[in-house]
Amino acid sequence: MLKGRHLIDPMDFSTEEINEILDLAGEIIANPKFYADVCKGYVLATLFFEPSTRTRLSFEAAMLRLGGSVMGFSSAESSSAAKGESVADTIRTIACYADICAMRHPKEGAPKVAEMYSDIPIINGGDGGHQHPTQTLTDLLTIRSIRGRISDYTVGFCGDLKFGRTVHSLIKALSRYENIKFMLVSPEELRVPDYIREEVLIKNNINFVEVDKLEEIMPSLDVLYMTRVQRERFFNEEDYIRLKDSYILDLKKLENAKDDLIIMHPLPRVNEIAVEVDKDHRAAYFKQAKYGMYVRMSLIMKLLGVSVNA
Amino acid sequence: MLNVDSIERGIVIDHIKAGRGMFIYNYLKLDELDSCIALIKNVRSEKQGKKDLIKIDDIIDINLEVLGFIDPKITVNIVEKGHIVKKINLALPDTIVDVVKCKNPRCITSVENSINHEFRLTDMEKGSYRCVYCDSIYSAG
Repeated sequence: MLKGRHLIDPMDFSTEEINEILDLAGEIIANPKFYADVCKGYVLATLFFEPSTRTRLSFEAAMLRLGGSVMGFSSAESSSAAKGESVADTIRTIACYADICAMRHPKEGAPKVAEMYSDIPIINGGDGGHQHPTQTLTDLLTIRSIRGRISDYTVGFCGDLKFGRTVHSLIKALSRYENIKFMLVSPEELRVPDYIREEVLIKNNINFVEVDKLEEIMPSLDVLYMTRVQRERFFNEEDYIRLKDSYILDLKKLENAKDDLIIMHPLPRVNEIAVEVDKDHRAAYFKQAKYGMYVRMSLIMKLLGVSVNA
Repeated sequence: MLNVDSIERGIVIDHIKAGRGMFIYNYLKLDELDSCIALIKNVRSEKQGKKDLIKIDDIIDINLEVLGFIDPKITVNIVEKGHIVKKINLALPDTIVDVVKCKNPRCITSVENSINHEFRLTDMEKGSYRCVYCDSIYSAG
């Protein structure tokens, strides 16, 4: 039962519950008109204490397409946080006005605090470098919609695997599905954190390899998840120059890739995927943004406990 | 050589790592008790070379669970009628609240004053705890 629940960490929901959300998202994609009014009379609060383009608009588009209403703010400066109000007090006030709340905050754990003080469902829309569970749902829906299932894949993650919250969340979520193998491509300095390697991969006996060149593993991949490697993350300029081209995906690198590979990216993209790749049929990153809206529609419905027949 | 009398009834917190006694004294808020309390620093120890020791007179019902997080090597003896009646083996507590502060500057606890600094035990073997808000790892001891 998802009604009334919060989504703070992608692991808050079981795989069955996640599949339930993905199933409904699939139905919404197939028949969006059936769902156009299911949230009429409900209000979503979008509390974005730091700027966001995709996530906030995706939440708002999701609620509007369900017939609901949206209110909120898009930066801490335009909220009482600028006057020093705590997260706990903010959410207790907002819960008087809204039925459900999506929240982004630069401080890690802020949505957890909101959850403790809220009697309406809280959805974590990103908390610092910590969690971004609706991106994980988006990524899972993308894989399942394009390939029909979430199992028996070799999934490559490329770029900054140390600081990328979307990477950590997706590795954790995918680890619960059958026969997923990970290929982790990054410079030594930006490998996945120890807790992901030890507590998720090794502890659960998940097959994985860590390499520093994308070309080496390209032919074996079913899914390639790209992230941006930022110059400032490197300890020295020499390493950055030596390795930076390995983390830019272009058509040449895709020559040996499978024809049904899915190329994903949480966006925004800077230069880590060459623009020439956009036209390749394997590029899924803009479709991914659309799946993000559908999965949020499904999530809002499930947490509010509304259905098409209600 | 300093001599401190043995107690008839109370608690002896022994094998405290030398220099940590005051921290434990403060954490347990022993200053708020009316009892007679002795904190002895740098006691000679065969096992440890030096150790700290705390004797609390006439009280036996202090919650000492958190000492397992601070230092699992600490031993706790309950004394009645001048004899040790119980030796408490310290275990790692499942949660610790307001014992240590989360050091992650990006953690919400760094700005939100009304919430506790809470950690949950995630790896018994390694004695690892995680901040319930940001998942930062802390080790016992």
